[in-house]
Amino acid sequence: MTRHRVGGNGDPGDLRIRQLRARQMLRGELEPDDLEAYLQERVGLTTLEKAQNWARANAPWPLTFGLACCAIEMISVVGSPRMDAARFGAEVFRASPRQADMIILSGRISIKMAPVIRRIYDQMLEPKWVISMGACASSAGMFNNYALVAGADKFLPVDVYVPGCPPRPEALMYGIIKLQNKIKGQPDMGWRERYKAHGTEEVA
Amino acid sequence: MPDATGLELIAAGVRERLGDEAVAGTIYHRGQATLEVAPDAVHDALAYLRDDAEEPFEFLMSVHGCDYFPEEPRLGVHYQLLSMQRLDRLGVRTRVGAEDPQVPSVVDMFSGADFQEREVFDMFGVVFDGHPDHRRILMPEDYEGYPQRRDFPMGGEPVLFTFNENEMPRWYE
Amino acid sequence: MSDGPTTGDVQGAEGAPATGVSGRPTDIPYREREQSVTLERMPADGEPVYGTEIEPETELFTINMGPHHPATHGVLRLLLTLEGEIVRSVTPIIGYVHTGIEKSCEDQAYWKVIPFVERMDYLSYYFNAQAFCMAVERLLDEEVPPRAQYLRVIHLELNRIASHLFWLGTSALDLGAISILWHALRDREKILDIFEMSSGQRLHPRYFQVGGVVEDIPPGFDQKVRGFLADMPSRIDQYEAILDRNEILLQRLKHVGQVPLEELLSLGVTGPLLRAAGHPWDLRKAMPYSSYDHFEFKIPIGTQGDHYDRYRVRMAEMRESLKIVEQALDGLPEGPYITDNRKVALPPRHELATSMEALIHHFKLVTEGFRVPPGETYVAVESPRGELGCFVVADGSAKPARVHMRDPSFVNLQALRHMAEGGLIADLIAGVAMLDPILGGIDR
Repeated sequence: MTRHRVGGNGDPGDLRIRQLRARQMLRGELEPDDLEAYLQERVGLTTLEKAQNWARANAPWPLTFGLACCAIEMISVVGSPRMDAARFGAEVFRASPRQADMIILSGRISIKMAPVIRRIYDQMLEPKWVISMGACASSAGMFNNYALVAGADKFLPVDVYVPGCPPRPEALMYGIIKLQNKIKGQPDMGWRERYKAHGTEEVA
Repeated sequence: MPDATGLELIAAGVRERLGDEAVAGTIYHRGQATLEVAPDAVHDALAYLRDDAEEPFEFLMSVHGCDYFPEEPRLGVHYQLLSMQRLDRLGVRTRVGAEDPQVPSVVDMFSGADFQEREVFDMFGVVFDGHPDHRRILMPEDYEGYPQRRDFPMGGEPVLFTFNENEMPRWYE
Repeated sequence: MSDGPTTGDVQGAEGAPATGVSGRPTDIPYREREQSVTLERMPADGEPVYGTEIEPETELFTINMGPHHPATHGVLRLLLTLEGEIVRSVTPIIGYVHTGIEKSCEDQAYWKVIPFVERMDYLSYYFNAQAFCMAVERLLDEEVPPRAQYLRVIHLELNRIASHLFWLGTSALDLGAISILWHALRDREKILDIFEMSSGQRLHPRYFQVGGVVEDIPPGFDQKVRGFLADMPSRIDQYEAILDRNEILLQRLKHVGQVPLEELLSLGVTGPLLRAAGHPWDLRKAMPYSSYDHFEFKIPIGTQGDHYDRYRVRMAEMRESLKIVEQALDGLPEGPYITDNRKVALPPRHELATSMEALIHHFKLVTEGFRVPPGETYVAVESPRGELGCFVVADGSAKPARVHMRDPSFVNLQALRHMAEGGLIADLIAGVAMLDPILGGIDR
């Protein structure tokens, strides 16, 4: 959105001109060219989709889904005043999946829990995103045994993987920011940006 | 902990009460005393130790199992007893084979054994006679197999490296 | 394999069909019966739909709470039978975060088991490591140097305070006092900073090793901890000022959830729940380990055993832990921070350049690990939730043959039935909050 500082260059005559133009616009008296110039100067224009994505990205409401140790770090992101998720719009942890946008799978996914998670994911309304937090939710973590599903992406589409055991709250916040960029349509190219490796992405 | 002689006295007391074949042995290792009893004498032995022994152990702190594969008898069930008055601990152990692992349940004496015996059943397959709610507790209820037995495979996924990544089916196939 | 019952069948009365846990007949397969509703099994015309049969006098309503629920601390599933708002029976169903840690431990060297075991009771991680390390040290007959014992006590007590703060935050959240969560987590952040200073990681640091601790504390640790100790009593005062005489809390917690003492002892319940009922049993005083007998502290006990006493006991325990940390810091002895036995503990790095034996020891310890002579042992410590016991069976090789943690939450969960039956749903929530279950420890 474009903004002009109120007062312009400090010229009081300038302000008066703009006030009169605003009055003309509101009364419907502006010529079409003038109207377009007016809109470009004073009103932000964007596509509806971008606005929608911006709104969705800046207020992702997570579902309360703590499974194990990563849940404690997740609650630290939300609860502790140091790493505050409220500035990203994500402090409202909704308990009902119907009201939540994003599910942060924090913790190890056992075989008994996996169908439950799938049902909850199905109950969420579109658009929904999944952050797989921690090593246990992304792969099996350190527990490569009979009792765990080796990664949430075996039964859910995952958008962002946050590694760590447990990941620091800053790492989870970085994951949320990456998700926000992804929603806004600016996927963070990450290492590909640094090493100029564009063109190596897998498009599924 | 009862020291080695104290353990022998306890064993003698149990033998006197329940017969010679009730006690299968005593182990005193690193200051810890373990009394090994025959499987069908477990309930009576714990009752004796709780109520009638000269130095009673009134509280059951833990029931847990162990698989001693390949030694026979294979499955062991351990009971950890505690006496708060005398600040004393005693371990009671029983071993059963895998073909017919039946052990009397002690839930009627110590109601805290409920979940713990279910866990031993779930993980090792030891059947506790007289348990009111005998079903799996940690694994899904239709799971087959007893995971913590030594011959049960560890499970899990093989780690993907470049040499085996073409043999492992990926999730999108 | 024996042919004992492996499914959740409950034999019905004479002539009645067997029913599963949730009351539906067992000829429906398990997954459908317990986990989902399907439209293919709609009843024939004239038959009542399951769950809508209304009995003339009372209507018992079976409902499932969890495993995903904001108030069940972790993935605990409670099967409630309600009569109106009154809970008639509650059956906890666990296993939703069962990770097979104990089986994984059988595949790792003793040194590598420590991070596995830390993740069981994931809020009191140092206690898990302490129990395991004590068990292996007993099997090896190893002495822990006094400086390491004091350092262990400092970290254990700080972890106890952190665990109680988290309990306070989430319990107050369940009871409705939401702002306490922010305050408690703020103080917990300070403790996690202290842990990060000593070991580099906030949660699950692999700080306790068999024979001592992995590294000495850095300079500045002392000031930081003392700064925290100076602030914390006034913070606890603030929490007590908000919560102690709060009308809502008093009405929700006073005279609610009392369980008779004999019942608690028969269940094997330990920890703050037992102490709130008036029974002064604390392993730090009764069977002291790791130099706890060098410190002066009291054991807070309650009188009535209701939820309010459990809350007060934990708040008082936080204060006592602060005293212990202060005494440990004051009396911290000089000396090695890990045992000198090179067969068990890694040699310090500067020796590797000069001594061949140190190099060989380092190599053997890192690749194979130390071997433990055969034997079994059970060692218990006092964790914030009760008696945390560790049972280790060694078979002479470098990997344990069995590691089992007797987790206090697992045993304490059996007391939930006694606390909540006959009360309202809100009392059940308060009961789960005051019980302080940690599902990682329950399910392992």
